[in-house]
Amino acid sequence: MAKINFIVNHQPIELDINPSTRLLDVLRDYLGFKGVKEGCGEGACGACSVLVDGEAYNSCLTPVANVAGKEVITIDEFNKTPQYRIIADAFAEMGGSQCGFCTPGMIINTYVLLKKNPFPSEEEIRFALSGNICRCTGYNAIVKAVMVASENGRNIVW
Amino acid sequence: MDMERFKNSTVKIDNEEKMAGEALFTADIPLKDFLYVRQIRSSIPCGKIKEVILPELPEDYYYVDASDIVKENVVNIIFSDWPVFADGHVKYYGETIGLLIGKNKAKLIELEKQVKITYEEETPVFDYVNSEIHKEFKKGDLSSVIKDADLVLEETFETGYQEQAYLETQAMIMWLDGEKITIKASMQCPFYIKKAVVRTLGCNEEDVRVIQPAVGGAFGGKEHYPSMMAAQLATAIHKIRRPLKMIFDRSEDIINTTKRHPSKSTYTGYVKDGKLVGVKARVRLNGGAYKGCSGVVLSRALIAVVDCYNIPNLDITGDVYITNTMPSAAFRGFGSPQTIFAFEMFIEHVAKKLGVDPIEFKIAHFAKQGDITAVNGKFHDKIILPELVEKAFEMSDFKRKYEEYKKPGCLRGIGMSAFLHGCGFTGSGESTIINAQVKLTKDENDIVHLYTSQVDFGQGNRTTLKKIVSDTLGIPESQVTHEPPDTDHTLSTGPTAASRTIIIVGFLCEKAAKNLKNIWKSGVYQEIIEPYVGPSYITWDEDLMKGDAYPGYAWGVNIIEVSYDPITYQIKVEGVWSTYDVGHAIDDRIVCGQADGGIAQAIGYGYMENMEMKDGKFMQKTLSDYIVPTCEDLPMMETALIDNLFAYGASGAKGCGELTFVGGAPALAHAIEMAIKKNIYKIPLTPEYIMEVVENGKD
Ligand code: FES
Ligand code: FES
Repeated sequence: MAKINFIVNHQPIELDINPSTRLLDVLRDYLGFKGVKEGCGEGACGACSVLVDGEAYNSCLTPVANVAGKEVITIDEFNKTPQYRIIADAFAEMGGSQCGFCTPGMIINTYVLLKKNPFPSEEEIRFALSGNICRCTGYNAIVKAVMVASENGRNIVW
Repeated sequence: MDMERFKNSTVKIDNEEKMAGEALFTADIPLKDFLYVRQIRSSIPCGKIKEVILPELPEDYYYVDASDIVKENVVNIIFSDWPVFADGHVKYYGETIGLLIGKNKAKLIELEKQVKITYEEETPVFDYVNSEIHKEFKKGDLSSVIKDADLVLEETFETGYQEQAYLETQAMIMWLDGEKITIKASMQCPFYIKKAVVRTLGCNEEDVRVIQPAVGGAFGGKEHYPSMMAAQLATAIHKIRRPLKMIFDRSEDIINTTKRHPSKSTYTGYVKDGKLVGVKARVRLNGGAYKGCSGVVLSRALIAVVDCYNIPNLDITGDVYITNTMPSAAFRGFGSPQTIFAFEMFIEHVAKKLGVDPIEFKIAHFAKQGDITAVNGKFHDKIILPELVEKAFEMSDFKRKYEEYKKPGCLRGIGMSAFLHGCGFTGSGESTIINAQVKLTKDENDIVHLYTSQVDFGQGNRTTLKKIVSDTLGIPESQVTHEPPDTDHTLSTGPTAASRTIIIVGFLCEKAAKNLKNIWKSGVYQEIIEPYVGPSYITWDEDLMKGDAYPGYAWGVNIIEVSYDPITYQIKVEGVWSTYDVGHAIDDRIVCGQADGGIAQAIGYGYMENMEMKDGKFMQKTLSDYIVPTCEDLPMMETALIDNLFAYGASGAKGCGELTFVGGAPALAHAIEMAIKKNIYKIPLTPEYIMEVVENGKD
């Protein structure tokens, strides 16, 4: 057991916990942020993606000790931002979400991509999202949604 | 262009909550004071269970097995032979012997490791030797064409397992609401689950309630397996009366749930005067240890035995072989992807052998309206395959590429498949077995409530069915509700399977809405119950495999372009173009989404998704070794829809979910044949298999 301090969705958190506990379990089971999904538990699908100091992390592979002193944002909070709105509207318009299980992770990774590269090419989008599995859409609508989000977000600071 | 394409589309009802991470999937639902459940499974493929030695269980930990069965130790599936718990005998690796139940998950896993099971092992069977389901039928008179055929060709085709790999794993929670067993689960068929519980407990229908939460994909994989989970949990809850939660991790899900049937089929073709006039086929499916739904899967495979082609003389047999492996069950396409792959390859091989153009040869054999189907029914409706082909050619620049890539030394290939998919349950099943009933009510505020048992696991049917109702009534969509099924509030409109949701239930919704419109009286409660009545000309004899197999057919053409690396034997998909006749799309964006997702899965089936079996065990156990396509494996795909209205469909709509899967693998395999200049007989087309074909295969 160890004391770990970090920030989740703007709230300071202090936990007395086994430091190797998966961040995914901490977020879902201890803190109740159910927007973070478990698709594989081994870093293969990206459904569990969260922002850690602005970078996308697979929370299933991240021991909670690794986020000590850092700021974690999950979809449960990110969904209140204008950046989310632009991405979500683009996903809705293009049909980028079917069953929706991959979608929170896709949206987090889309955000990180657009922050670094606001006008990505198709190839760059496919590369950036290649760690996120979607079994429903064949990715067509997702890739197009990222293009639409890029276009619609041309005037905002990602 | 897409705005144009999606002009008839509305944003899906559940879109926002899913994107925002607010939709509650089974594992997200709060449940008070619950216990975790884990299956204790067989570690051998076949044998007698001698003894199960449990570690000492702490207080509030339980073990449940066949000795706790209340009424019947069987899971209610089409053919009910799969026990809820193995009773004295295991027939496949991973078969459930019992359940370990307790509060702490880590503790449970620790206890699970200490369970010792001793067996008296028996020799397992893994090959196609024990046929337990056999079907056969004939069309025309094959013997009449055998003797004076100009050319005879016999070939055998194999297809592998495929894992559904829905992104949300199997999950179920169950609790007692008073005395009522209440279930939420990742599922396709709420009434199947209910029936399974009623059957194993011998309780009344009113004692069980099934409610659908958000479901993260299914593709057939959640058609029957949740019935197994429900029967197991119901047995446990009857004994310990505590809320229960069973959530599979990814490996458990891959190892322990049903997959697509592997197949091995032998086709013999007889050619006379440049036409394929007769085919004899022996279709074999590996059903695994229990029959379950395999008989119906076999029917669909056999009905599609010569795909969308009209071959006048047929002699067909099909068998399901029982092996000591995980039972095979439903997966998008339900048997037809196996035979459509085989026949698509076969008919092109026949053309090549004859020295004629394979594409023209196929087109010359397309079925036409009025033709006799493989099972001696009739294609009653207009068939627009030529239009679909022409459009697909134009979209893909097919003819130019085809001539160019054919040339020796060219490392590209382009292939075309044409196909059909029968929508709905086989034959008269919709009117005789399923008996769907839609309930439509209108409250005093003139809000219309639609009740169906169709599960939306991503296909968008919650939105589409609602839209059928609001369009028919001529009222805004916001004036209609369509909540996910709850067996206490909806009648059964049947399972969410077999591409039946739109063609059958959609048609019913339209009829119910028309009837409501006729009696509409503002400010009062009104109710319509609408039972399904299908086309009266449909007659089907399942034993003889004779008649009109489906209420209607949807049609499609896929074109796939690949490049090939002769050093690594790797394939890259460079282009995908599809045209479909789904009757009429109620919502273009939703149908195009099915089209994209279906063919992406089919491309995975064709060359990436390799699931091997060794001594009864699956060798791939995670999403890192069972590889499904990521967005880097696929190009931008194009789809076009051509209307061909169906008289018994809402606004002319037929089915589309499975149609978009069945032709992908053969189109890909044709393209790869062209790139490697050799014939292909097997999928998945792994680099190892391609190497073998390139080194030793036939031109
Ligand atoms: S659950 Fe973390 S990557 Fe799949
Ligand atoms: S929408 Fe279902 S997995 Fe992506």
